[in-house]
Amino acid sequence: MKLAAKFFLISLIAGVTLTGNVSAAERFIVVASTTSTVNSGLFDYLLPKFTSKHGLQIRVVGVGTGQAIRVARRGDADVLFVHHKKSELAFVRAGFGVGRSDVMFNDFVIVGPGKGKGNDPAKVGQTESVISAYKAIANSKSIFTSRGDDSGTHKKSLSIWQTALKMAPSSNGVKWYRETGSGMGATLNIASSMNAYTLTDRATWENFKNKGELKILFEHDPLLQNQYGIIKVNPARHKHVKSKEANTFINWILSTEGQAAINNYRLNTKQVFFANAKK
Amino acid sequence: MSDFNEAFSAAFALILSFESSLAEIVGLSLQISLIAVLLASLIGLPLGAALAVFRFPGRTTLVVILNALMGLPPVVVGLIVYLILSRSGPLGTLGLLFTPTAMIIAQTILITPIIAALTRQSTETLWNEYAEQFSSLGTPPKETVIALLWDNRFSLVTTILAGFGRASAEVGAVMIVGGNIDHVTRVMTTTIALETSKGNLALALGLGVILLCLALGVNAAAFIINEAAIKRHG
Amino acid sequence: MDSSANSNIGLKQSQTKGHNILPLKLDNVSYEVNGMRLIKEMSLTLNSGTSTIILGPNGAGKSLLLRLCHGLIKPSDGALTWQGPANANAAQYQAMVFQRPVMLRRSVTANLHFGLRSRGISRAERDQITDEMLQITGLARLAKSPARALSIGEQQRLALARAWSLKPEVLFLDEPTANLDPAATHSLEEIISTIKTTGTKIVMSTHDLGQAKRLADDVLFLYRGRLLENAPADKFFDEPQNDLAQAFLKGELLWWHRQELKPPSEVKYRGIK
Repeated sequence: MKLAAKFFLISLIAGVTLTGNVSAAERFIVVASTTSTVNSGLFDYLLPKFTSKHGLQIRVVGVGTGQAIRVARRGDADVLFVHHKKSELAFVRAGFGVGRSDVMFNDFVIVGPGKGKGNDPAKVGQTESVISAYKAIANSKSIFTSRGDDSGTHKKSLSIWQTALKMAPSSNGVKWYRETGSGMGATLNIASSMNAYTLTDRATWENFKNKGELKILFEHDPLLQNQYGIIKVNPARHKHVKSKEANTFINWILSTEGQAAINNYRLNTKQVFFANAKK
Repeated sequence: MSDFNEAFSAAFALILSFESSLAEIVGLSLQISLIAVLLASLIGLPLGAALAVFRFPGRTTLVVILNALMGLPPVVVGLIVYLILSRSGPLGTLGLLFTPTAMIIAQTILITPIIAALTRQSTETLWNEYAEQFSSLGTPPKETVIALLWDNRFSLVTTILAGFGRASAEVGAVMIVGGNIDHVTRVMTTTIALETSKGNLALALGLGVILLCLALGVNAAAFIINEAAIKRHG
Repeated sequence: MDSSANSNIGLKQSQTKGHNILPLKLDNVSYEVNGMRLIKEMSLTLNSGTSTIILGPNGAGKSLLLRLCHGLIKPSDGALTWQGPANANAAQYQAMVFQRPVMLRRSVTANLHFGLRSRGISRAERDQITDEMLQITGLARLAKSPARALSIGEQQRLALARAWSLKPEVLFLDEPTANLDPAATHSLEEIISTIKTTGTKIVMSTHDLGQAKRLADDVLFLYRGRLLENAPADKFFDEPQNDLAQAFLKGELLWWHRQELKPPSEVKYRGIK
């Protein structure tokens, strides 16, 4: 009997501690956002500033833009904070969200093999625009990895392919184009081990530790600007949405204070997010 | 090899520094998995023993289903629990999605079939030995199940540990239903996944080493207690 | 041992005195497994007050007959009826000890408690009966030992104590001493004799003639699933009616019915190349 009793007791104590933790948690809202904001460390920098001022805990669920939008659609978040304007506006139009504000932007870059023998086989570094960079990759049949999920990054990449090739390449059509079916980090890990090109947001890239022989080979094209927007989930649609708390957070991030905090964030001494909320 | 060396030094550095954030993550992992194991045992042990003892129509089908459920993909469990607990799902009003409770529910669903199926198997062997004697004594069904579980306790410890191992090592389900929220639902495995996606392979592997050590510790403790108990009770 | 046992017959035997379920009547009982008839049309009556020994070689159906009587298996054909007033709850008034003792993985005391709890006996009464049983059967010093760490003789004594503690009106014993040495056999037979003096009906199978002579009041002689002789012990041992029983009593091996063994027509010995 002793063993079972001990086991039961331990579990019970653990259970009580845990439920204690949960009930002791202060007021909170759930923000559905993207891996780029989580992985870059931006939230780790921003949120303590907000929480210490307003006593409101922000619980960030970091997934791809498409999945974040679906989480918000089902009412499982109070605020949506993603980067694909077209989908965001559609989300609001369908009545799932209320209002949409620009918050900040960062940019996408093309990374690829930049060292040693396999140095930039498509000569992407010498191209003038992202369109010609993509064309160069396709013409040289250099391996290009894309996330292949519903993320803002993948959607951006597809739209560039559409312009460059008048069609989107598909994995089963050509050997050089690989869709990984996973997040930005996993895709970068794959690109790193295959010495492949890929499109990534600058923040995730800067914070990525397994770069291998990859380097930024193309950047600074107006097409590559990556706009982030914030939307409150519609309380008329989902009654449990903490409307007041959501407003508190959105107002803060759009305020002079929130915008300054974004601009002050440095990743490896570089600024990767640029606040651009309309005053 | 250098990757592995880095991983081990990362693991040792982490353990030595014993950051409070690491302690929090390890603590949450243990709490969630232990509670899930407790709940799964409360359901799975009697269920497994009952399946070993009682003969009823459809029993074989149930046993086969239970055995098959041992291979339940965690991601599928995660999705089902997600859809049920989501605000738009049947239990949405409880607001449990993205909480530790949701992770406990997912892990419990994941390991209950394992505990029940393994319990059924080992209890059936014991039941073959006891059946006539219990029938002669006229032992009531409830007493029969309890007696079989108690007399089989030493092998059931291994069964429960198998459940704990699966629960604590699982990432797919808890990622989906927990959301990997910092300080709220971030556990060992989701941290490993996150660090991997950041390209922090050494740190991820280091956390893996710590997870392995935890599993080793829990198993060693259970083994020692079990051996001592076997010596005492025979 | 004997005297101490006899002095302890303060055991409550009220139910056995009144004959709640006996006699047991078997009417043309048969038992089949996969079309093989292992018990063939047996008719007999088990009465109270005597010890019935079931004799016969291996495979005669002794164990099956005991299990049929005890209700562990159901007859394929024929009827088996308890004639006493409490026959609706017949199982409550019986107990059985098996050839290989079934020991629960717990202490000697806990094994005794388990049997009593199975019959719904209260905690206080369980404690009292258990203590009493441990004293009578000489297991007191082993009370806290794990049952499975006991010698096989001690285990069988515990199994007997567990069965006896239920105060059965009928106690079935399936070759309980088959695996025991003479000393352990003697100690078990002593307890069985003591149980008998409390009024419990003993129904025991054995293939040990000496044991049968020591314990039997009545003898059932079985051979290949048939009841060949049913007689009082002295009559059976002095002048058995059945020729097979006669042969068995003389100590002859009862397998002359079997096909004669023939060597294979050609035997080739393999050598090493």
